[in-house]
Amino acid sequence: MAMKAIDPQYTADTKYALEVRNVDIYYSAFRAVKNCSFGMERNKITALIGPSGCGKSTVLRSLNRMNDLIAGARTEGEVLYRGQNLYDPDIDAVQVRRSIGMVFQKANPFPKSIYDNIAYGPRVNGWKGSKAEMDELVERALRGAVLWDEVKDDLKKSGLAISGGQQQRLCIARALAVEPEVILMDEPCSALDPISTLKIEELMFELRQRYSIVIVTHNMQQAARASDNTVFFLMDKEDRAGQIVEYGPTEQIFQSPKDERTEQYISGRFG
Amino acid sequence: MSAEPLTPLSASTGRLPQGEEVKQNVASRQQRGKLWQASLLFSVFVGLLVLLLLAWNIVNDAFGGIAVQEAVEVEALTGGRELEELAQPELVAILEENLRSRVLRNLNREQPLAERDAENLIEVILFEIIKPEVVATFSLYDYLFNRAEIEAQLAQDFPRAELEFKSWLRWDFIVNPMSSNPIFAGVRTALLGTLWLLVLTILISFPLGLGAAIYLEEYQSDKIFDERKPVGRFFNRVIERSTSIISTNIYNLSGVPSIIYGMLGLAIFVRALEAFTSGSFFGANEGTTANGRTIISAALTMSLLVLPVVIISSQEAIKAVPSTLRQASLGLGATKWQTIWKIVLPNALPGILTGTILAISRAIGETAPLIVVGASTFIVTDPTSIFSKFTVLPIQIYNWTSRPQDEFRAIAAAAIITLLILLLSLNATAILLRNYLRSRRVS
Amino acid sequence: MADQLRVNSDPRAALAGDAVKQVDLRKRPRIGETIIQTILYACGFISIFTTIGIVYVLGQESLRFFASDEVSLVEFFTNTVWQPVIGEFGILPLVNSTMMVTIIALMVAIPLGLAMAIYMAEYASERVRAFLKPVIELLAGIPTVVYGFFALTFVTPWLREIFGRDVVQIYNVMSAGLVVGILITPIIATLSEDALSAVPSGLRQASLGLGATKWETAIRVVVPAAFSGIVAASIVAMSRAIGETMVVALAAGASPQFTFNPFLPAETMTGHIARISGGDLSYQTIDYNSIFAIGLVLFFMTLTLNIVSRMIVRRFREVYE
Ligand SMILES: Nc1ncnc2c1ncn2[C@@H]1O[C@H](COP(=O)(O)OP(=O)(O)OP(=O)(O)O)[C@@H](O)[C@H]1O
Ligand SMILES: [Mg+2]
Repeated sequence: MAMKAIDPQYTADTKYALEVRNVDIYYSAFRAVKNCSFGMERNKITALIGPSGCGKSTVLRSLNRMNDLIAGARTEGEVLYRGQNLYDPDIDAVQVRRSIGMVFQKANPFPKSIYDNIAYGPRVNGWKGSKAEMDELVERALRGAVLWDEVKDDLKKSGLAISGGQQQRLCIARALAVEPEVILMDEPCSALDPISTLKIEELMFELRQRYSIVIVTHNMQQAARASDNTVFFLMDKEDRAGQIVEYGPTEQIFQSPKDERTEQYISGRFG
Repeated sequence: MSAEPLTPLSASTGRLPQGEEVKQNVASRQQRGKLWQASLLFSVFVGLLVLLLLAWNIVNDAFGGIAVQEAVEVEALTGGRELEELAQPELVAILEENLRSRVLRNLNREQPLAERDAENLIEVILFEIIKPEVVATFSLYDYLFNRAEIEAQLAQDFPRAELEFKSWLRWDFIVNPMSSNPIFAGVRTALLGTLWLLVLTILISFPLGLGAAIYLEEYQSDKIFDERKPVGRFFNRVIERSTSIISTNIYNLSGVPSIIYGMLGLAIFVRALEAFTSGSFFGANEGTTANGRTIISAALTMSLLVLPVVIISSQEAIKAVPSTLRQASLGLGATKWQTIWKIVLPNALPGILTGTILAISRAIGETAPLIVVGASTFIVTDPTSIFSKFTVLPIQIYNWTSRPQDEFRAIAAAAIITLLILLLSLNATAILLRNYLRSRRVS
Repeated sequence: MADQLRVNSDPRAALAGDAVKQVDLRKRPRIGETIIQTILYACGFISIFTTIGIVYVLGQESLRFFASDEVSLVEFFTNTVWQPVIGEFGILPLVNSTMMVTIIALMVAIPLGLAMAIYMAEYASERVRAFLKPVIELLAGIPTVVYGFFALTFVTPWLREIFGRDVVQIYNVMSAGLVVGILITPIIATLSEDALSAVPSGLRQASLGLGATKWETAIRVVVPAAFSGIVAASIVAMSRAIGETMVVALAAGASPQFTFNPFLPAETMTGHIARISGGDLSYQTIDYNSIFAIGLVLFFMTLTLNIVSRMIVRRFREVYE
């Protein structure tokens, strides 16, 4: 049974960390996304762009089965990770999320101390180790999210008692602490000031060496400067379902788009 | 799935489960989650079970079997005929034969036997001669499932008694007045008392509660006195302070135990204001020994008790009226009160009424404050005015429950069903009223 | 006719006419509005009168009570015997049995109510919730005297069946406590559910996104985040249990006893007030005054609990706003 779920073509050095094949996503009867296929390369940053309501968040959430939490949401098609279809009935959503982490649009630290925010993930996931080792893990995660220097003296402070940008980096650090392979980010900078945004973009470049990153963004410059590949979504005017217009290396999408709608969107003429 | 290892942050202390381990770890955690979920569900079922037990317990007592033993059997009295078949003179004859002369004289003094109708005579015969007595009472469960045992027991203890099915809740029970004999006792007096109390409490608490709610929601920040004069400013300040005190105070009052309200009512309405609440000030003395322990005292006490809840729920309803409506009205040059009267209240009314009725139906089930205020436990006269002595259903239930005899327990259960039906219909009224008012506003 | 036409046809003339008319925008006294506002204010002020009334009535009668030669304040709070007939007025036995009932009730209601709340907030589907909410409201809406009937005619016989008739008395604290527990469970369930539902869903998503299971999320993120709300709910429920009268009046017995054995009868504060005032009570006796002294203690106990719970709730709200 489990064998069937594994894609025979999968090998350790398949190009994609995650691959979406012919995915349709429904909210009850409404098809929000249709016929969606693309791959997210290993150790690269993939940006999902498109006008509001075209289904970017919906697709992103389908990548680690966060859509399961929405009553009536349903995904058809395949999302492949390590050769397995995440939507195979055998697959456990908790295991999926353990390997594919997520950072949300609005920073959502737990109302616990900074330290406990980070330690939470490892603790629930069966971490075994001493207090000192946990300290070390917390430090590494915070360093990984370039937050360590700002909070190292205040690890006992509530996660809610730091600035918005710091909170968002705390959320990233928290995601790092469970050592995921892929990190999904839904407009992580939309509520942040330019400096915090820049910090997070730099951070993403750092993280790219260890993780594969998928990011949804409304900010064209951000997509252009901080991603390797770009997927452009647009809503079909007839059935209001989002679909992919174009996808490829960011450079190509931004400099010589093949589709004229992409061109228009990027140059700010609609959307 | 022999995947290549994830690139750990550092090789030395990667203590998170890896590979196959993850699967086991997650599976066991999921299982633990399922177990806990099951135990949560179990708690919910316990709650439901309690509700069912409560209902069953009441039904079990309100219906069941009784063993009736008559002092004289009807057949022996009439020669095998039913009492209802006899003509009036025959009934008189039976009475004259079987009663002692002193009793007969008393009866004749009330109303000569010859002048009484058959129905009345049968009643007298039942009460004075046949004297049906319940010698044993059985719960519904025993009556249905332990029949053989019961009958054996009865045959031994009361050979003449007959086992019959008994619904303690029946029409007679609703319309009969109190009686010290549970067979004849009814809740008529208590039911009337409860209805009086209900109406009076609504009449008192609804306008007061609504007024307070309107003030707190709409006028909080409005100045009554002229701000341009120092005296006006001073009084406005005082009112502003007291308003904020009122708000917190209302919440605190809603948490005061109901029995404390009873003590307040006892000291203020029953004792201090006795001249008014007993009606003597108004010349409406009933000639009873009610003192201040009258319906009006109880209603005033209950009104104070429900007032905080009425205010809070009315506030919620007023808050729910969109402020755009208010602005539209004010923008057309309406005064504040016009806006409230014509726009806010009609829109908030369904919510206000529902909240008030629900609050008051809570109060109708309250017993403790009325015990303290001094509801009578035994009266047979119907209340006729707000200055009457009174009793209410919960008081009767309390009183009957605390008696040790099974029959009283049975009529307590029947009274509980009456009370619950009353409460349910009140709630249903509230809901229907709300729906009706809502639908009228839309069309 | 012709005049009118001419006026209408010259817009400047109309404007000039309006400008000449004086519009007085100054404040006018609106007597009607002021009266209405004053009346409404008076309605609100009744609540203050009520509070003053309670404090005054309880305080005054208590003063009379303590002014009499038979009791002193110290005796009142330290004596472990309450027997007005022989002049013993120690409130401890009454307080003690009230606290026993309350503790038993909370031991029933906190696990049960909290479990219901977590189930409803975190697991139940919309349909199940739409069924459970009215059921819980139904439980909360049943008059307490009915619960008293249940305690005396169902729970007590059942306890005596289990533990033996010689161990469990007909009137006992345990039965009253268990049933008061059932009675306050809906309070804990609904208030805690409100607190749990108020936890932002972002926290749940964050936790699930880290690979936590639903249960781990509920118990390690949502419940701690709503903890103060849950504590406040329990305190409100506790205050209700302390002030509950009918169940204890019917099931706990009518003799003030200082005992820790929950299977023995022991009268609570409320039960005592109800019994004494339900009898033929003559005013100006020490019995009459004594129930007001008990009432005063009861009032301050519940008031303190209510104020504390509101403080906790307020602090809780600040976290997310
Ligand atoms: N929980 C939901 N239930 C029902 N429909 C939803 C839900 N979430 C999103 N949708 C619908 O699905 C479509 C895609 O929404 P989605 O949030 O994915 O858009 P988006 O591209 O992320 O937009 P934005 O850039 O504004 O965040 C929209 O039409 C939206 O109305
Ligand atoms: Mg989005």
